[in-house]
Formats: sequence, structure tokens, C-alpha cells
Amino acid sequence: MNARRRFRKVTNAVMLTVTGLCALFAVGVMVGILGFLVWQGAGALNWDFFTKLPTPVGVRGGGMANAIVGTGKLLLLASLIGLPIGFLSGIYLSEFGSRPSGFVIRYVTDLLNGVPSIVIGIFAYAVVVVPMKSFSTLAGGFALGVMMVPIIVRSTEESLRSVPLGLREASVALGASRSTTIRRVVVPAAFRGILTGMMLALARVAGETAPLLFTAFGNRDWSTGWANPIASLPVMIYDYAISPFEDWHRQAWAAGLVLLGLVLLTNIAARFLLMGRAAEAER
Amino acid sequence: MSSPSVGKIPQVGAAAGSSPSAVIPEAPARIEVEHLNFFYGTRQALYDITLKLQSNHVTALIGPSGCGKSTFLRTLNRMYEAQRNTRLEGRILLDGESILEMDVVALRRRVGMVFQKPNPFPKSIFENVAYGLRINGYEGKLSDAVERSLRRAALWDEVKDQLQKSAHALSGGQQQRVCIARALAVNPEVLLLDEPCSALDPVSTAKIEELLFQLKETCTVVIVTHNMQQAARVSELTAFLLDGRMIEYNPTPQLFTRPSDPRTEAYITGRFG
Repeated sequence: MNARRRFRKVTNAVMLTVTGLCALFAVGVMVGILGFLVWQGAGALNWDFFTKLPTPVGVRGGGMANAIVGTGKLLLLASLIGLPIGFLSGIYLSEFGSRPSGFVIRYVTDLLNGVPSIVIGIFAYAVVVVPMKSFSTLAGGFALGVMMVPIIVRSTEESLRSVPLGLREASVALGASRSTTIRRVVVPAAFRGILTGMMLALARVAGETAPLLFTAFGNRDWSTGWANPIASLPVMIYDYAISPFEDWHRQAWAAGLVLLGLVLLTNIAARFLLMGRAAEAER
Repeated sequence: MSSPSVGKIPQVGAAAGSSPSAVIPEAPARIEVEHLNFFYGTRQALYDITLKLQSNHVTALIGPSGCGKSTFLRTLNRMYEAQRNTRLEGRILLDGESILEMDVVALRRRVGMVFQKPNPFPKSIFENVAYGLRINGYEGKLSDAVERSLRRAALWDEVKDQLQKSAHALSGGQQQRVCIARALAVNPEVLLLDEPCSALDPVSTAKIEELLFQLKETCTVVIVTHNMQQAARVSELTAFLLDGRMIEYNPTPQLFTRPSDPRTEAYITGRFG
């Protein structure tokens, strides 16, 4: 009996240590990335970085204002494509999707989620860049938007599905139609989860480089309109990181830091909004 | 339906033995169910049920789990239509009009429902009660209607200062009364309650039972319960269902003291179920 007790205690201690270490490692990686970015990139961060254009090779200073705005424009376009399509498909899957069509859509969506981002880039190249005969913001935004769709579809579906049947029944029993029930009860009840999924999708594509390489391409200058090549932070990081210049490397680190900061900020802003909503309901 | 004696409990039920259609005479019927058969796919859940639910009375449906009492309740406002592969045969009349031919929205406005588990929307108390009015395009003053409904559900005094608070912040019993208020807001003629107290503590249960007494002045109340004491306390008429068949339908005191069917007696004395 005593031996068994000791065995249990040892097992407990070992497992606790192993799981704890793994958790620590996961957190450690994030802290490490953040620390490294700050250590390497913070030095190159200054007002110019946010307001100036890149300088020609050999000229020190300059910034990435065009890439920051570019990433913003690309994400805006991607959201305009990805959010409505993803959200509405999610509603279809959750509310009407137990038919064969639902199975097919769900399956294809999962496949799309697994398509390598570079392949999405080639696809966008073929359907947008080639016909337009030019790299463009449109093409880049399209590629990122396509990538957002499956993530949003599945997270929206999951959130809607987790709304208890009782709420739907209560609404229907009051004479509400199915669409009224979805619009006024189910979606509001799942709103938090849906928005979280959207933020995740946005954060996920914000850092994508591969689909932008031959769609948005890149630009050392400001991009006007939506039909011209445009700079973006991830592509800028790629270009600068593989360059032979010391100060470009530092700027690449800084760009990484800014990108991470942007994603983090959006995330925090969304949480904040959600908290406001929740607090309003609690009052 | 010869002599309407509203509010009076009919004293004599037809001692119809095992006949599933023991008829209670002497009161106007709000809902008449005739030869109702109900199927989930190929499985038959209700067999040839015929009964009249009387105006301004509380009717209890009792029976063991799975006997079809909730299914029966859900035919009365056509809630079964939300489920696939269901089929209904027979006639259900509300004030003499077939509910199967009625517009389902109009029907559900006239026949309200309260569920087993309190299911308030994740909205404020006010918005919960106002929901049915809003979706039906109510043109009066919402706040008056909300207050009236909360008073009828005996909840007004407890929540009048916190109408904007989330209904989820309330206790289980209060949540269930929000649900009752929500159902009452659209002024239904009939209120269906599907084991409304099974998730509640005794104090909340007592409050809701008391409430049912007042409600029958304005509504016809049908309550499913598998608590026989509750049926005895709140109802004037009780129907006993077993395996999808109506075994006995009689005035509650009679059903519990002198059941006309041996199976009813076996159930109420606790020999099964």
C-alpha cells in the first residue's frame, strides 16, 4: 500500500512537472518572440519609421509609412471580402447545414483552410493579376480575403451552434419566424464568439507574406488607388531581412514589432468593445 | 357544449374505463383535440387522443417519462414543426378553428409556451418581455405592456428597479417568471407550460403555482408535470397519458382519489413511473 502511494505521488509530481514545463515553453516562445522583437527592433523605431517612405539603398533613415498604410488597406479589403462571406456561410452551415449541401460546404471549407497560402497567392495571381495585367491592392486583398473565409465560416458556425436550443424555441414559440430568430436572438447570443473568430482570422492574415508576393507585390513608394502594387509590412520584412544591409535588418525587426503591435491592438480593442457590451447587458 | 358554467369544476367525468376519450362535459372548450395521432418518422408517439381543454381552467398532463405528454403539448402550438420528419393526423381546434390551417405566427401569439428550463434571452429583463411585442409590431407603449406582463407574472416588485439588467443575472425562479411574463406579453388565450418547475427550488415552485391560479382568470392553462402533487395542487382537470395513449381524463380530485382506470391508479400510487 505504501509503495503504491509513493508511486502515485511520484507520478503526480512527474506529470505536474512535465505539463507545467510544456505550458511554460508555450508561454516562453511568445515572450521570447516579443522580447527579441523589442530588443532588436525597438532601436529602429522612431517617428520617421511611421511617417517616412523607405530611403534608397545606401541612404540611412527613412521609414515604412507606405507599408503600414498598405497593410491597413489590404486588411480592409480582405475584411470586406472575408467577413460577410464567412459570416453568412457560417449562418448557412449552422442553421440550414445538416443537409448534404452542408456536409459538402463544411468539407470544402476545411480543405480551403488547409490550402497552403502560397497556392492561394497563385490563385489570386491567376484570377486577378493576370486579367488586370498588373499587381494590385485588389489582388492582395482578394488573396487575404479568401484566406479569411474558411476561418470565419467555421468559427461562426461553432459559435452559432453553441447557442442553446431553448433560446431558439423560446423565440419561435412567440411567433418569430426563423429569420427573425436568427437575426434577433441567435446571432446576438453568439456575437462574442463570432467577433473573436473574425479577429483571429484578421490576425492570421495580417502576417501573411506568401499570398502577397505576387499579388500586392510591393512598392517603395505610396500606392494610389486600388489597382497598383502596394507595400505591406510582411513583404517589407521579407525584403529587408534577406538584404545585406545592417540598418535594413534593424528596420525589419521594427516592422515585425509594429505588425505584432497592430494585431495586439486590434485584439485588445475588440475585447474592450465586447466587455463594454457585456457590461451593458449586466446593468 | 350546452350549458356553459365557466369556472366551475365539472363534478362528474364519464367513467369510461379504458376509453381514451373520456369526455368532461359542462364547460366551454377552448381547445378541442380530435383523434390526434402523431409520428416522429415512423415511430408513433401519440395514439388517437381526443379531449377538450376548458376555458379558464388549469389542465394538468401527467404520466411517466416518454409517455408523450410534452409531445402532445407541442402539437397545440405546432412547435413540432421545427423538428424534421414529424407528422400529425387528426384535428385540433382553437375556438372552433383548425390550428393546422391557421397562420403559425397568429397561432403562437394566441397559444403561448413556457419551457422546462428557464430560457430567457441574453438580453435585459425589459427586452426579454418586450421581444414578442417587438417582433409582432406592437404599436402601443412598450414600457406599459412590459410592466403589465411582469405584474401578471408576479415579478414586477422584484425587478422594477433593474429592468435594464441582464435577465441572466436573476435567480432560476425569477428567470422562469421572466419567461412567463415574456409569454404573457402578447396576451395569449392559452398558456402551455412544459414542466415549468422541474428546474426550480420549492420556494420558486410555490410562487409559480400560486401564479397559475391567477392566470386562469385570463388564460386557459395547460401544464405538463411529472410531479403528481403539483398536478393535484394546481389543476382542476388532469389527463393521464401512458405510452402515447390517453388513459384517463377527469376532474383532478376524482382522478387522484377515485381513478376510473386501474393503470391510473397504479401510476398515482407509485407502482410504476
